[in-house]
Amino acid sequence: MSTPSATLSETGTAAVREITLAQAIREALAEELRRDPTVYVMGEDVAEAGTPFKVLAGLVEEFGPQRIIDSPISEAGFTGLGVGAAMTGMRPVVDIMFGDFIGLIMDQLANQAAKVHYMSGGKLKVPLVVRTTLGATRRSAAQHSQSLHAWVSHVPGLKVALPSTPSDAKGLLKTAIRDDNPVVIFEDKMMYQLKGSVPAEEYTIPFGVADVKRAGTDVTIVATSSMVQVALAAAESLEQLGISAEVVDPRTTYPLDKHTLIESAKKTSRAIVVDEGYERYGVTAELAAVIAEGAFYYLDAPVRRMGAMDVPVPFSPVLEDQTVATPATLIAVAKTLCGRV
Amino acid sequence: MSRAKTSEPQLTRREPAASERERWLRMYRQMLRIRLFEEQVNDLYKTARMPGLAHLYSGEEGVAVGVCEALLRDDYITSTHRGHGHCLAKGASIDRMFAELLGKAAGYCRGKGGSMHIADQETGNLGANAIVAGSAGIATGAALSSKMRGTEQVVVCFFGDGALGQGVLYEVMNMASLWKLPVIYVCENNLYNEYTPYTETTAGDLCARAEAFGILSQRVDGQDVRAVNAAASTLVARARRGEGPAFLLCDTYRYYGHHVGDIQRTYYRSKEEEEFWRTERDPIALLGAWLVAQGMVDAEALAAMKTEAQAEVEAGVQFGLDAPFPEASEVDQHVYA
Repeated sequence: MSTPSATLSETGTAAVREITLAQAIREALAEELRRDPTVYVMGEDVAEAGTPFKVLAGLVEEFGPQRIIDSPISEAGFTGLGVGAAMTGMRPVVDIMFGDFIGLIMDQLANQAAKVHYMSGGKLKVPLVVRTTLGATRRSAAQHSQSLHAWVSHVPGLKVALPSTPSDAKGLLKTAIRDDNPVVIFEDKMMYQLKGSVPAEEYTIPFGVADVKRAGTDVTIVATSSMVQVALAAAESLEQLGISAEVVDPRTTYPLDKHTLIESAKKTSRAIVVDEGYERYGVTAELAAVIAEGAFYYLDAPVRRMGAMDVPVPFSPVLEDQTVATPATLIAVAKTLCGRV
Repeated sequence: MSRAKTSEPQLTRREPAASERERWLRMYRQMLRIRLFEEQVNDLYKTARMPGLAHLYSGEEGVAVGVCEALLRDDYITSTHRGHGHCLAKGASIDRMFAELLGKAAGYCRGKGGSMHIADQETGNLGANAIVAGSAGIATGAALSSKMRGTEQVVVCFFGDGALGQGVLYEVMNMASLWKLPVIYVCENNLYNEYTPYTETTAGDLCARAEAFGILSQRVDGQDVRAVNAAASTLVARARRGEGPAFLLCDTYRYYGHHVGDIQRTYYRSKEEEEFWRTERDPIALLGAWLVAQGMVDAEALAAMKTEAQAEVEAGVQFGLDAPFPEASEVDQHVYA
């Protein structure tokens, strides 16, 4: 796994530790809570429980229940409170336990948070962060497994971050908290225990800067969030077959680093976009269109898309495991695209 | 072209309280300004000089003025699609209001918001909201923010009887009560959810809904600005002392339709009913009659106030009509801060 180059050049040090993605998120929150008294966390079971995923464990002990606030089970309500508090001088971090629940907060996000700055002619701003999850294969069935980041990526006024490594998770969350706009950050609930190198020193990662997680020459695999690890595993196997895959992680769907995606596709002449959201009208469609428009004359084949199967996420493992891309399915598509079948 | 006036002065904490007579005269004048503003908006619509629609506040002036006169300048309000009255009562200036309604760059939102989205940070107006109950979360969050920052600001969340159908209102009332947030929920019951009598949509006792959360609830005659102001003053002072939220139910009436284009209304309310409210329950006439009866003012002085307010409205609409539109290049500005 590569460490973000921006990080190292900014900090000028290579001091790193191996920590989990959950620890990285907790560190980001703790550092921002210490740095800025206007930051607070609100959500269901965020205080003593530290969320069901234990991501926030220990924060209430340091910052107290006035800043790590357990809410009622009222997603729309406490997200709405976040919007109002953000408009009046606070920097709320709202915890939406499962990404599926953004259906409950959509009016607060899409009609309120996203539009306040524009509708007020630039006078009011909403520095709100919504942390939530995505990702299937946890055997959690149709209402706790979806990856709905396309829904919010669609709305002007919102920014959307999709960390795929512990270091990205920390750097992107710190940037989200400091951003003056509403940001939705999706964490893959299956990756909380993933370990990775994280700089020991203070750093942030700017939005709109893709990261080339692995360099290659034969095919570009644009992968988001949970699919980055899948793509890296596939790339290892492809290497054995003599196919050099480049793995590019946009890290934010908005703002989107179109340039890096297009330049990579121009270089390799082939591109696959893999994402865990539903395939139809989804992130894969948008990213494939960006590449098709920007690199058309350099491509040897149409851009391939691999999103989640267009079905509600089923419970039975035999069924669920078919719905998202795996290293095996990605390898098969890459081989076909490279004429190696 | 004349320059936009600064916002209407409102009490700050350093200024001594005005005499009772001055306060009532000020409220009378504020209600007049709102009434005449709305009459002018209706005229702009009927003469096809205004883009889109507007939802007129005429008839409900006693609520916005009675409540906002109980607030300080740095207290917050959130407003609704029927929000011109709230904005003006909190201190917005008539000329910049007209400019916004006409989509002009001099408007409060540079023409990007229009009638249903006027926000004015300088007067504590966090914005009108075109989603019914859409500002309930914002208002309650602003109250949470006030408490966290220790500023003693009070927030008023205006909404209509239609908002009582939205679940998010009850989610935030629950939290406001749990955490004793300084927010007053002001429900303007003008009897109609758009084109449907509220009695067809709203079960049970209205105040009991807030009382179920342990929120202090009061019902007041919204056409009596003095009663509204007295109730609001008590509730605002209580909230400022940290004693928690309140619910103020104001019985009122909108003289016009749901919006300016709603002119055939007999299928949902009678002309006799409209006539009754206009002639017997008008908040401006009621306060005027009381002021004269108290000997605080005579009829000539009230007429002079109307002439003065009319002149301000006429100058304001002219300012709006004369003001330039925003540059076309502004279309993608302010999407992100």
